[in-house]
Amino acid sequence: MAEVISLKDVWVKYDKLAVLEAVNLTVNEGDFLGIIGPNGGGKSTLLKVILGLIKPQKGEVKVLGKIPEKAHQVIGYVPQYGPSNIDFPISVWEVVLMGRLGTKGLFQHYTDEDREATHKALEIVDMLEFRDRQIGELSGGQRQRVFIARSLVSDPKVLLLDEPVTGIDTRMQKEFYELLEKLKSEVTIIMVSHDLSAVSVLVDKIACLNGKLHYHGSKELIPEDIEESYGCPVELIAHGVPHRVLHKH
Amino acid sequence: MIELLQYEFMTNALVAGLLASIACGIIGVYVVVKKIVFISGGIAHASFGGIGISYFLGINPMFGVLPFSLFSALTMGTISKRSDVPEDTIIGILWSLGMAIGIIFIGWTPGYAPDLMTYLFGNILTVPGSDIYLMLALDAVIMGTVYVLYKEFMALCYDEEFSKVAGVPTEKLYILLLCLIALTVVVMIRVVGLILVIALLTIPAALSRQYTSNMKIMMYLSILFGAIFTTTGLILSYYFDIASGATIIIVMATAYLLNIVLQKWKSVSGNRVDS
Repeated sequence: MAEVISLKDVWVKYDKLAVLEAVNLTVNEGDFLGIIGPNGGGKSTLLKVILGLIKPQKGEVKVLGKIPEKAHQVIGYVPQYGPSNIDFPISVWEVVLMGRLGTKGLFQHYTDEDREATHKALEIVDMLEFRDRQIGELSGGQRQRVFIARSLVSDPKVLLLDEPVTGIDTRMQKEFYELLEKLKSEVTIIMVSHDLSAVSVLVDKIACLNGKLHYHGSKELIPEDIEESYGCPVELIAHGVPHRVLHKH
Repeated sequence: MIELLQYEFMTNALVAGLLASIACGIIGVYVVVKKIVFISGGIAHASFGGIGISYFLGINPMFGVLPFSLFSALTMGTISKRSDVPEDTIIGILWSLGMAIGIIFIGWTPGYAPDLMTYLFGNILTVPGSDIYLMLALDAVIMGTVYVLYKEFMALCYDEEFSKVAGVPTEKLYILLLCLIALTVVVMIRVVGLILVIALLTIPAALSRQYTSNMKIMMYLSILFGAIFTTTGLILSYYFDIASGATIIIVMATAYLLNIVLQKWKSVSGNRVDS
């Protein structure tokens, strides 16, 4: 299978503090990788390294064989926190349209194709009726749905989700997870999440990150990895087969 | 009123006011929504260095101020993006540095520095025809740039991180935006002067935000408000024989404050009807 994302011996330090230590990661085409880990474990940093927003001090990052800065046409991204300036004069429609930026060059204006894609993406997240609202006139959860639409509008090959369902109600969460199920066949997805039960049902592979990455290229994590990452034993759901995160114990 | 237009200085003044309104209407919207008022103030004040050097070299200060304000925009943008020092510290330092350079050069210039107050506080009634053409050219550059990079500037101002992920060269665009602010400062020097530029950059845009959430409409409204305020200020300053730059600012600030009171009053009385 084709390698979509590869990190080799990646180190990121803020001042003297190492946030990512010797991280090696290979994500293949069609993978759905869930990343769990404690606060401050470097989950968002890892995504930002893949996005090219943070340059590692050491190590190599490739997205579809290119450096992250050259891979913007294939990446969709949902940040943990959207922009904080919610009084900005921009409509829901314009925010989603912005997701088409990566597919266009400088100086090019948006075309009908971009507008059709925007229409479709808003339909997917069930926010079309709010298209003309100013972004600050939405609730936090509705806003997050708009950011999800923005990440889908460019038909990305790789989707990076940083706790995408924060603040979203249960019904929409379920719909979003169903959407990911559907996308999974065409798109390679990495999702950072605290929602362990959701992660364990949805994803094919799980990694645990706390500075060091514990990952065995499978959906199983050994309890020692998790205990080391979280600094304490963590109860993970391990009842039915689909929920199994831990190996049998 | 009409007989005022018979004077060339008056028509020049009206045209200058309109040209300044266009530049600050468009760029002021970016300054307000991206919350970069302080760096804009820094660029404007640092441009005083260009005035000082022009006096020293004996050239038209408008031509001296143009490269110097662009240079200060480039320096502020580059240092604030690249260094670990907080942006507002850098701006504060360069703000004063530019002014200090201006004062030193004026000190070195033999004799008296004529019209110095004009550049600091503006005098729309003395705008020569040649400056009108310069303002017109700068307005054209500003409008052209914003037209072709509208979607990028909007993305940059709203969500810099996402724009970067989408491959937009955000750092270069930000510095370009600062350069457009520098050009706007040059356009406005004759009208309100370096010191008062900030009011013209922020008030019309902030006022228009009260009436619309659409960035394009905000720009058109800001231009309209700017034109109304500069013209009103100009007429008042002529009849009462007071400084035009300061009059324009007072007209603007009064309108803005009145608007706040009006909005407040509307929402309070609206609540009363509801309850």
